[in-house]
Amino acid sequence: MKSAVIVFPGSNCDRDLAVALEKVTGRAPAMVWHGESALPEGTDLIALPGGFSYGDYLRSGAMAARSPIMRAVVDAAGRGVPVLGICNGFQVLTETGLLPGALMRNARLNFVSRPVALKVENTQTLFTSGYNAGEVIHIPVAHHDGNYQADADTLDRLEQSGRVAFRYAEEVNGSARSIAGIINEAGNVLGMMPHPERAIEPAHGSTDGLRLFQGLLETVNA
Amino acid sequence: MKARVFVTLKPGVLDPQGKAIHHALEGLGFGGVNDVRAGKLIELDLADGTSDSAIEDMCRKLLANTVIENFRVERPENA
Repeated sequence: MKSAVIVFPGSNCDRDLAVALEKVTGRAPAMVWHGESALPEGTDLIALPGGFSYGDYLRSGAMAARSPIMRAVVDAAGRGVPVLGICNGFQVLTETGLLPGALMRNARLNFVSRPVALKVENTQTLFTSGYNAGEVIHIPVAHHDGNYQADADTLDRLEQSGRVAFRYAEEVNGSARSIAGIINEAGNVLGMMPHPERAIEPAHGSTDGLRLFQGLLETVNA
Repeated sequence: MKARVFVTLKPGVLDPQGKAIHHALEGLGFGGVNDVRAGKLIELDLADGTSDSAIEDMCRKLLANTVIENFRVERPENA
């Protein structure tokens, strides 16, 4: 798998994500700077990392979503290339419009940084085939703006079409319907607030994140 | 020429920041505050002749996230 990690000024999980991708795919991802206008030829997975791109100025992910490389990411997503956005990456995906809704300030205004329990809602996606349906996994979150909101029609549509990939199995940030991760209509774009790349070694306290990358590798190579 | 863009959360969208401000006002003993909503003011210094539609385009493409926010543009006369 030829993966690419997009690096924005203020990204801080780009190296963790690169380590996870290399561990699973056996190949180091290309690190692509936000100012680039094209992705490396043959990129078959794009990953948008966590962090605080552009200092969260204006809105989390707002500036990054308008950076030059994102035009190439939106084009690639339209061609069906898998795109994984984690934490700030999820915020960037909603700001580009690749995913519906918005991520707002946590309901209790606190920065939440701890492992949380997540329920895997749909295992029939590019990204979640490594899990069992209804399984509860443990992956850390670390965010201030993770409160997922969308209008009721959008939420209904997401739920009815199996586009809620992960739900919090405990109260975390006030997200509508406890949504922690969603996929786009075509099924090739996943945004999630929890950090699977921070749960890939026993020393992390959980290896539940590893199976996301393994499942992704299997479906992309299949 | 100047324009001021007011970005506010849409009615019905939960505003935790506004709620916290409301709570703090009550803590300071200010009664009679029914609700608080927090928003943003963005001041633009623009080339003369910038059209209303260009400013609206800026709002839609970047300054406001119309999924959750409304915007209003004010262009003071002779500013």
